[in-house]
Amino acid sequence: MPRRNDIHKILVIGSGPIVIGQACEFDYSGTQGCKALKEEGYEVVLVNSNPATIMTDPETGDRTYIEPIIPEALERIIEAERPDCLLPTLGGQTALNAAVSLADLGILEKYNVELIGAKMPAIQKAEDRELFKAAMASIGQEIPQSAYVRNMQEALDAIDEIGFPVIIRPSFTLGGSGAGTAYNREEYEETVRWGLECSPVHTILVEESVLGWKEYELEVMRDLADNVVIICSIENFDPMGVHTGDSITVAPAQTLTDKEYQLMRDAAIDIIREIGVETGGSNIQFAVNPEDGRMVVIEMNPRVSRSSALASKATGFPIAKIAAKLAVGYTLDEIRNDITRETPASFEPTIDYVVTKIPRWAFEKLPGANATLGTQMKSVGEAMSIGRTFKESLQKGLRSLEIDRYGLGCDGKDKFVFHDPAHPRYRKASDPVVREEIEKKLKIPNPDRIFYIRYAFQAGYSLEQVFDLCKVDPWFLANVQEIIMMEDELRAIKDDVQPLISS
Amino acid sequence: MVSHEFSSIHRPPAVLALEDGTIFRGRAFGALTESGGEVVFNTSMTGYQEVLTDPSYYGQIVTMTYPLIGNYGVNEEDVESKRIQVAGFIIKEPSRLYSNWRGGVSLEEWMMSQNVAGLCGIDTRALVRKLRNVGVMRGVILPGEGGDDAVGKARAVPSMAGLDLVKAVTTGEPYDWNQSLHALHKQTLPDGIERAPFRVVAYDFGIKQNILRNLAERVSELHVVPATASAEDVLAMKPDGVFLSNGPGDPEPVDYAINSVRGLLGKVPVFGICLGHQILGLALGGKTYKLKFGHRGANQPVKDLDTGKIDITSQNHGFCVDADSMPGDGVRVTHLNLNDNTVEGLEDQAKMCFSVQYHPEASPGPHDATHHFDKFIDLMKKQGG
Repeated sequence: MPRRNDIHKILVIGSGPIVIGQACEFDYSGTQGCKALKEEGYEVVLVNSNPATIMTDPETGDRTYIEPIIPEALERIIEAERPDCLLPTLGGQTALNAAVSLADLGILEKYNVELIGAKMPAIQKAEDRELFKAAMASIGQEIPQSAYVRNMQEALDAIDEIGFPVIIRPSFTLGGSGAGTAYNREEYEETVRWGLECSPVHTILVEESVLGWKEYELEVMRDLADNVVIICSIENFDPMGVHTGDSITVAPAQTLTDKEYQLMRDAAIDIIREIGVETGGSNIQFAVNPEDGRMVVIEMNPRVSRSSALASKATGFPIAKIAAKLAVGYTLDEIRNDITRETPASFEPTIDYVVTKIPRWAFEKLPGANATLGTQMKSVGEAMSIGRTFKESLQKGLRSLEIDRYGLGCDGKDKFVFHDPAHPRYRKASDPVVREEIEKKLKIPNPDRIFYIRYAFQAGYSLEQVFDLCKVDPWFLANVQEIIMMEDELRAIKDDVQPLISS
Repeated sequence: MVSHEFSSIHRPPAVLALEDGTIFRGRAFGALTESGGEVVFNTSMTGYQEVLTDPSYYGQIVTMTYPLIGNYGVNEEDVESKRIQVAGFIIKEPSRLYSNWRGGVSLEEWMMSQNVAGLCGIDTRALVRKLRNVGVMRGVILPGEGGDDAVGKARAVPSMAGLDLVKAVTTGEPYDWNQSLHALHKQTLPDGIERAPFRVVAYDFGIKQNILRNLAERVSELHVVPATASAEDVLAMKPDGVFLSNGPGDPEPVDYAINSVRGLLGKVPVFGICLGHQILGLALGGKTYKLKFGHRGANQPVKDLDTGKIDITSQNHGFCVDADSMPGDGVRVTHLNLNDNTVEGLEDQAKMCFSVQYHPEASPGPHDATHHFDKFIDLMKKQGG
């Protein structure tokens, strides 16, 4: 299908201010999308309240409005500009929510503005947990056992059914705000109360905990001819329980057999079709029980997401750009692949390297903030790195964080030094205070956990013990262990590096 | 979960010598044995177990472009034949530990138990670039430093063009197959597939078990016959349909099978996959040629020329049907590869046959093209069963 000629002017909503949970990744996707639309000869009207964005540069859109992303302001812009359609999928959750408000208030209908990329029913099906649950059931996809509650009494009834621990997820919120995990009645009541308050529609989902399960994401694209391709698979280093934005994530998936990966791929394709995202990218998250491989669907973002930016950079497939072109009618086989320039975009990138994303927190700037990681995102940025092995990309990523570390150890910056009694920070591996701290830092997710995994191995914990404490997949742990083994080998031959050079 | 000592730098040395004189120095992985073959590369990021057991790789040394292999170990289910079929296996980094709920043994232990040579620790990207630029080459994996005659050994490996490798992998005796798809695969099939009351005879040119599983899922009777079975033998079994399997190497020297297929055309519905597709193309009067570096991977986009739909497909072939060579009487090209516009599907409605160059049975790879098996069932139904 060629580009649509019945539309001329397209309204694009940006993501507004940079906040924790929604950073500049949507400036990246929005800018890319606007450029693609302009390239196709459409008139682009852009709204973003944040002037500190590339997107609001004069050359990005034909008309740029720096106005609040609220229905009142958007209506005035629509009234003045009379766009033919609105592309709401490039500006993160903020843009998507704004589009939902405009539709609910009848503004889109009033000015005859068509939603492209994702239609209202698709957005609702993906975002409303009750509708999502029904949609998944209709295509035979399992989701964690759950109940949808509107007040404390319903919440108390629900917990009797599901049992602890549970995860509380408010509907229609940003970066998982208001979400939390409860292990007991007291925590539960507190989290429910806060969650109900955070949700603009005062509804929350109480969900069976899949804490400690393996977490995966797939980036999916679909066109108007119903072609679907998977751009990238991502496996989280941190198991379920830590927000993806706060997890170390790795592309491609590392520990799935082809049978299991294809099962997930098939599920993702069924999901994007069932939810009804007509064109563009979606992000679908899965949890897999490491004991028996049971796979459940966690959520779907019917839009370009934080992970899309990562997946674009990881694979060279510009998701936002292609999403914009699909939204105006092109099919995947009609768009050229940016990398090869010869082959079409209807392919699935395959890579011969490992990509690691490591979140960057800034708790030092937020005194008093709780540095425990959970279902609410707390990181303020991330580093991405590419290596031919996971070890290489992890080391490069840690070095890129600008946290004054040169990687995992070997940089003289360790808190505990176990091998050299003469070192000022020398600690005995058997020191109970040290062991207590290590175990706590492994058990409760926190920004330094990766470094404590290293301390644990150095202090003599076995791989099984470390796994029991942190539930990070043994494959990742073995790789961390290998970095330490290499460090030990280097230390052992520090006076004579010849054996290493010649090997 | 099995863990070995971290020992890549302590592994014994091994080399890969190529016919153009290149030597890649790395470390031994798997069995310490000498092994020659055509060096090819596969771009799948998952599915090494299926790749290793695919008889289409017989006589080839396979390099994986994805650098980390062995991560999920090896299990009992994900096999495509009874043994490892590749001549050798080249990877960047073997996993010291495997982690998966189905994993039963490590990749290295499995390769050792079947005496299959491997090489690790080389720059596989450099090797793949060379194969892409120069084309596939003959090569040999040698334990140790290689020695002066390493390149000579690579040049002594027989060239694949003109070689009949089917004889080495086809079954000696006919057999019946009953096993349907594994639970994990079945989960993703549309509901309500019923076994149609059809008898299918499948030619084994090196057949992948997942093809048999897909067929057995859909028909009540499935008989497998050796590649040398004649048309008369097969027709005497009164099949409702005949299947032509995948297999290794060059289709042209498999002239006995091409002749048999000629004898079947128009008499019974025929469906071919991969080598079976090439053999059908030759039987229909076309020609085949060798591709520079082949298609081996799980991300090849194929367009259905009738519907415009695109399937992401699993592929493994070094030879290809020449579109221009096809006689213009009823045969038509139905599918094209969007990367290089090569022929991916053929059909001759009058002769009741169709075929695809890619692998609808996946394993490894996407399930997008599974519908071809249903098309085969429909074709048999149309012929009155």
